[in-house]
Amino acid sequence: MSNVPSDLKYTKTHEWLRTLPDGTLEVGITDHAQHALGDLVFVEVPEVGRKLSVGEPFAVVESVKAASDVYSPVAGEVTAGNAALGSEPEAINSDAYGKGWLMRLRPSAGGAAPSLLSAAEYEKLIAEEGD
Amino acid sequence: MAFIPHTREDVESMLAAIGVSSIEQLFDEIPANLRLAALAGVPEALTEMEVGRLMTERARLDGRPLCFIGAGAYEHHIPAAVWAIATRGEFYSAYTPYQAEASQGTLQLLYEYQTMMASLTGMQASNASLYDGASAMGEACLMAVRANRKSHSNRILVPTTVHPHYRRTAKAVAGNQGLIFEELPYCTEEGCIPVGSLARYDGQDITALVIQQPNFFGRLEDVDALCDWAHARDILVVAVVNPTSLALLKPPGEWGAQSANQGVNQGADIAVGEGQPLGVPLSSGGPYFGFMATRLEHIRQMPGRIVGRTLDAAGRSGFTLTLQAREQHIRRAKATSNICTNQGLLVTAATVYLSLMGPVGLERVAAASHARARELVDALTRVPGVRRLFRGPVFHEEAIALDRPAAPVLEKLAARGIVGGFDLAEHYPELGPALLVCATETKTSADIDRYASALAECLREARAA
Repeated sequence: MSNVPSDLKYTKTHEWLRTLPDGTLEVGITDHAQHALGDLVFVEVPEVGRKLSVGEPFAVVESVKAASDVYSPVAGEVTAGNAALGSEPEAINSDAYGKGWLMRLRPSAGGAAPSLLSAAEYEKLIAEEGD
Repeated sequence: MAFIPHTREDVESMLAAIGVSSIEQLFDEIPANLRLAALAGVPEALTEMEVGRLMTERARLDGRPLCFIGAGAYEHHIPAAVWAIATRGEFYSAYTPYQAEASQGTLQLLYEYQTMMASLTGMQASNASLYDGASAMGEACLMAVRANRKSHSNRILVPTTVHPHYRRTAKAVAGNQGLIFEELPYCTEEGCIPVGSLARYDGQDITALVIQQPNFFGRLEDVDALCDWAHARDILVVAVVNPTSLALLKPPGEWGAQSANQGVNQGADIAVGEGQPLGVPLSSGGPYFGFMATRLEHIRQMPGRIVGRTLDAAGRSGFTLTLQAREQHIRRAKATSNICTNQGLLVTAATVYLSLMGPVGLERVAAASHARARELVDALTRVPGVRRLFRGPVFHEEAIALDRPAAPVLEKLAARGIVGGFDLAEHYPELGPALLVCATETKTSADIDRYASALAECLREARAA
């Protein structure tokens, strides 16, 4: 069974979001997603300053069997990309919600995020997908 | 690999399994008005015997001219072993098999090819080939846009000294994908890009600079200065190179200043070119093959297949396709390219050619070609009314100016069994009457003398007319 921390928000496309104390958001892919992809071998993170709209691909995660886009759950401007993943992509496999974060972004003013899921809703989604 | 056709029983049992009565029925959903009953303008089928006779007659019309035209495709001696080996049944296919790892021999050949191309270009990794040099340049521009994450303009600077067909093809391949190709003028005295002319792009967001070496006129560009200019501005460098020339010239992987002490990256980012000079005979436009090599940091943006060497479960050495996750069978529409089928048979010939030549043999071919080209241009420019068009070094091709339009002179030469060169008037009218001429190791001093005296005669006739 996948690890789905209750203090995070989720998306239908398997990203997670954490609100940091300064109001910026940290984004990564879920434990369920890393498990489905398998051993990650390469990660491409966005540059600082890039402006993203909702649903825009901002990163590529590549495992031995697939390369997948990761979509921005909210609109905003990138404040950090996790450069450490360049040499250690497997951090996503071992610590998807910690060292495996992909980017931090400052949400655009008034940028509501209507389609985010709670942990319970996300658990239900992956159960339906056949974990 | 065996070719196993479907028997009528096979077809019927497959149709029965999916509940369809005929193959025709599989196409029912295509509306009748979109289907062609017959192809207009295509004649009735001929028998094998008739086709053989027709093609032999047509081939005879070409004659066996003495060829001094290069302009992107070059006549080199091909050792007989090259095609004897390449056409062996084990290799005789244009494709890597779909169950690639079952064909270890093919994969080993591609691995050797990649190793030799990486070594020749001075780059770290090569793919298993592309269609041809021109489309490889288009793919390299698309790749540069993906790889240069510091640039957002999609602007590609392409000097007009790059082969005109390559520029047109790159636009056709990439122009509708948001790439903006901006042409750089050349110096009409030197036939090269003046590095100083790039200053007007300082401070602008440019994604990549294309540099052809030797350029279309056969001239050597100041690749070190151009490469350094680009890298100091976070512009990627796409090198378009002649593989034979790399046996003598600095490979793209080493372009740039000797000392990288100012944090300037050394070497081109992507090297592409036409592989035809490596064992592929001249043929009306192909099939040829394109090659592409890059630095390791960009390898995930490189289109095409890459063969890697690995160990199997029993610890034995073997070959496998690697970095496939971005290819079209996995990533579909988001693949790094959807036109990256490899020209397997031609690559086989090139691999055998390079193996037979070795570094020393290839260097001899390059040096002999350079020497013959100098001899040719020296002989032609002794003819009254002919002069060198540009000053400065060339590889095995050079532009000469005539004192009257080139097209009628070329016709007269053709009547004497000589293909005299490429008429530059169509693409470079500003140069006046001019020919691009080439000689490789295949030309003898007697051939060159024959051309020079024929040219003198043709010009005299043209003057008298």
